[in-house]
Amino acid sequence: MTAITKHRLFWPAAILAVMLLANLIFTPTFFRIELKNGHLYGSLIDILLYGAPLILIALGMTMVIATGGIDLSVGATVAISGALACSIIADQPDQEAVGGVLTAVALALGLSLVLGLWNGLLVARVGIQPIIATLILMVAGRGVAQLITDGQIITINSAPYELIGGDYLFGFPFAVLIAVVVFTGTAVLTRRTALGLLLEAVGGNAEASRLVGIRARRLLVLAYVFSAFCAGIAGLMISSNIRAADGNNAGLWIELDAILAVVIGGTSLMGGRFSLAGTVLGALIIQTLSTTIYTTGVPPQVTLVFKAVVVTAVCLIQSPAFRAKAFRRRRPSAPAPAEAEVPA
Amino acid sequence: MLRMTGITKDFPGVRALNGVDFRLLPGEVHALMGENGAGKSTLIKVLTGVHSADSGEVRLDGAPLTIGSPKQAQAAGISTVYQEVNLCPNLTVAENVFIGREPYRLGRIRWKETRRRAAELLARFQLDIDPAAPLASYSLAVQQLVAIVRAVDISAKVLVLDEPTSSLDRDEVERLFTVMRRLRDDGVAVLFVSHFLDQVFDISDRMTVLRNGRLVGEFETRALSRVELVGHMTGRVLRTLEELHAPREDVREAIASREPVLAARGLGRKGGIAPFDLDVHPGEVVGFAGLLGSGRTEAARLMFGADGADSGTVRVGGSASALRTPGAAIGRGVAFCPEDRKTEGLIEELTVGENIVLALQAARGWLRPLSPARRAELVGKYITALSISPADPDIPARNLSGGNQQKVLLARWLITQPRLLILDEPTRGVDVGAKAEIQKLVVSLAGDGMGVVFISAELEEVLRISHKIEVLRDRAVIAEIANEADVTPERLLEIIANGVAS
Repeated sequence: MTAITKHRLFWPAAILAVMLLANLIFTPTFFRIELKNGHLYGSLIDILLYGAPLILIALGMTMVIATGGIDLSVGATVAISGALACSIIADQPDQEAVGGVLTAVALALGLSLVLGLWNGLLVARVGIQPIIATLILMVAGRGVAQLITDGQIITINSAPYELIGGDYLFGFPFAVLIAVVVFTGTAVLTRRTALGLLLEAVGGNAEASRLVGIRARRLLVLAYVFSAFCAGIAGLMISSNIRAADGNNAGLWIELDAILAVVIGGTSLMGGRFSLAGTVLGALIIQTLSTTIYTTGVPPQVTLVFKAVVVTAVCLIQSPAFRAKAFRRRRPSAPAPAEAEVPA
Repeated sequence: MLRMTGITKDFPGVRALNGVDFRLLPGEVHALMGENGAGKSTLIKVLTGVHSADSGEVRLDGAPLTIGSPKQAQAAGISTVYQEVNLCPNLTVAENVFIGREPYRLGRIRWKETRRRAAELLARFQLDIDPAAPLASYSLAVQQLVAIVRAVDISAKVLVLDEPTSSLDRDEVERLFTVMRRLRDDGVAVLFVSHFLDQVFDISDRMTVLRNGRLVGEFETRALSRVELVGHMTGRVLRTLEELHAPREDVREAIASREPVLAARGLGRKGGIAPFDLDVHPGEVVGFAGLLGSGRTEAARLMFGADGADSGTVRVGGSASALRTPGAAIGRGVAFCPEDRKTEGLIEELTVGENIVLALQAARGWLRPLSPARRAELVGKYITALSISPADPDIPARNLSGGNQQKVLLARWLITQPRLLILDEPTRGVDVGAKAEIQKLVVSLAGDGMGVVFISAELEEVLRISHKIEVLRDRAVIAEIANEADVTPERLLEIIANGVAS
C-alpha cells in the first residue's frame, strides 16, 4: 500500500480519479461513451479533445522547466501559429484544397520553430533570465498575431483544416491522436536517448553539468524550440476547432495553465527531474476542472474563484509537508492512529 | 546532561543508525568520530531535529525530550553550527546575530540596541570585528565564529559543531578552539565533529566512535592513541597509509623521460593565477601544495578549460590547443574532480548510476545513449571497484555520505578512461579509510600510465603519493621540487612561507 502511495504519480492520478468520480455524482451519464456515426462521443472524450492543446503545450513546458527555465510565450505562439495558418488558408482561392492547408500548416509550424529559436537564443546565448526572455515574446507575440490578421478575426471554412482540432479519424478526435503521438514521441526522444538525462542534469546543477562537458546551450535551445513547436501545433488545433484565428484571445493565459499542469504533475519549477506522464495527468486535471465547471453549472461569476480554490487544494494535497502536518494534527484526537490516516 | 538511548533511524535501503547510545556531559568537548557513512551526520540530525528517530529516547537534564523540529531543539537548548555557514552574508554582523529576535520598541527594531548588544557579545568572545559591517566582508572563519556566537547566545546548553574546521586555516582553527574552550569552561556541552585527527586530539575531552550505524564505544581522549582510534573507526588495523611511500628516483626519471600528457606554457589568468609552466607525464603524480587561496584550484581549472586562460597554451596529448571549454579538455582525455563536490560535482537529485555515467554520456552526445545493459554493467563495475556504499545505483546521490559521493565522482571520470586526471581536494571531508582508498587508487592509476594532478591541503598526503610537487603561493607557482627523501612537510611549509631560497 505504501509503495503505491509513494509512487510519484500517485497523488496526481488520485486527484484526477476523485475529480472524475465527483462529476459522476453531478452528472450520472458522465462516464457514458457513445458511438454516433462511427465517432466516439461523451464527456470523457470531450475532456481529452479540449485538453489536447493544453497537454501539448504542457509537454513542451515540461522540457523547458526541466532545464530550470520557464516559457511564458507559448500562449502568444498559439495565437501566431493559428493566425498565420488561417490567413494563408483564407487567402487561397479554394479553402478546401489539401495542398494549401498543408502549406499553411507547414509554414505555421516553421514560424513556431523560429519563435522557439528566438527564445532559446535569448536564454542560452544572450543569457537573459528565461522569465524575462520569454516575457518579450509573450507581450510582443500578440502584436505579431494582430499584424498577421490585420487586427481582424479571420474565419475560415476548410474541411481539411478542421480535421486538426475538430474532426475525427478512425472514430477518435484527430487532436487526441496528435496529442498521443506527440506524447509518445517526446517520451521516446527523452527516455530512449540520453536527452532526458542530460536535461535533468543541466536543470539539477548547471555548473556541475558544464564541468562534465555537457553542452548546455544546445540543450536549452532545443528545449525552447520544442516548447514552441508544441505550442504551434496547439495553435493549429485551437484555431481549427473554432474555425477562426483570433489574435487577441487564442491561447490567452494558457501558459499559466501549462505551468500549473507541469507542477501538479510533479516536476519542480527549480528544474531537474521531470515526469511526462505526470504532466499529462496535470493537464487532464486542469481540463477536467474546466469541464466540471461548465457541466455542473457553476455560476460564471464564481468560476474563477472556484477554480482557484480547487487548484489550491490540489497543490496542498500534493505537498508531502502539508500531508504530514494535516495527518499529524488529527492523530491525537483519534483513538486509533492507523485509522486516522485513512483520507476523509 | 544529554543522553540518547537506543536511537535507530532507517532511510530507504539503509539503516543509518542502529540502537546507538550517546551521552554528553556539561563542560566537556566531546568528539563524535566515525568514517563517512558511519552515522555521525544522522545522529546529529536526530539530535537537532532535522530528522526524527524511528525509535529511541532523548533525555536532556534527565527529562525526556521530543525533538520534532530544529526549532524545538533550539528551544530546548541545543544549537547547531553546520559546516556551511547558514547566515545571510548580505546583512551586517549584528543583524545576523539577532535575526529573528531583534529587540523591539513600539513595533520598531532598536538598531542601536542591536549593535550595542552584538558588540558586547563579540567582546565576550574576544572577537575584534565590527558589528555594523556586512558579514560578507569577513572571512569564512569569522563568519563561522559569528554563527557560533549567535548559536550560543540563543541557547547555551548544548552546542553542536558539525565539521566547523574543514575550510579554516591553522590560525583560524586555533581561534575557534579558544572560543570552544571558553564555552566549555562556562559549562556548555560542546559536540565536535571533524575528520582531522590532530584537531580532535587537540580539543576533545572524550569521544564517541560510530561504525556502520552502530556504537563502537565511548573513550577518554587522553587514554586513546591515534592508531587505536583509527582501528575503532575502520574496524581493522590500518596499514594502507604506511604502505605508500615516496617513489624512487629511477622511477621518477623514467617517467619524466616520457612524452608529457599535458604541457602548459605560460598559462595564466588575471586575478586567478600568474602564468606558469607545467609538464605532466604519463604515470606521474604531480602534487600541488599551497595554502587555501594560493591559486591551486585556479591553476587546475585552467588546465581543464573550466575557466578561460588570458595567456599561454596547453598542449594535451601532443596537439597544441587552447582549452576554451571543459568539453574540449574532456575530448582530449582530461578529467577534473572539482573541489566543491556539492555545487560543482554531484547532481544530487540524480541517482548514483546517472551521476556515474554522466561524463561518458555527455561525451557521446544525447543521440548515442548507452544501452541499459552496458550502463548497468559499467556502473556495477565501478561501484564494486571503488566499493561505493550502499552499492545501489538507483538511490539519489544526495543520500550518500561525503566519501562515497567523492567515489561516485571518481567513478564518473574513470569510466571515460582519461589520460590526465585532475583531483582538487579529493580527500577533504573524507574519513581515514576512504582517504587511504583514494590515495591507493591514485597511485595504482598512475601505475597504469595515467597522469594525475593531485591537489590537497594536507602536505603529508601530497608528499606520500606525488612524484614532483608544485608549490604555490599568492596565486603563483613559486617552485617545482622533485619528491626526494629529504622533502618533508616542514620543508614544504618553509617554502610556502619563505620561498625556495631558504
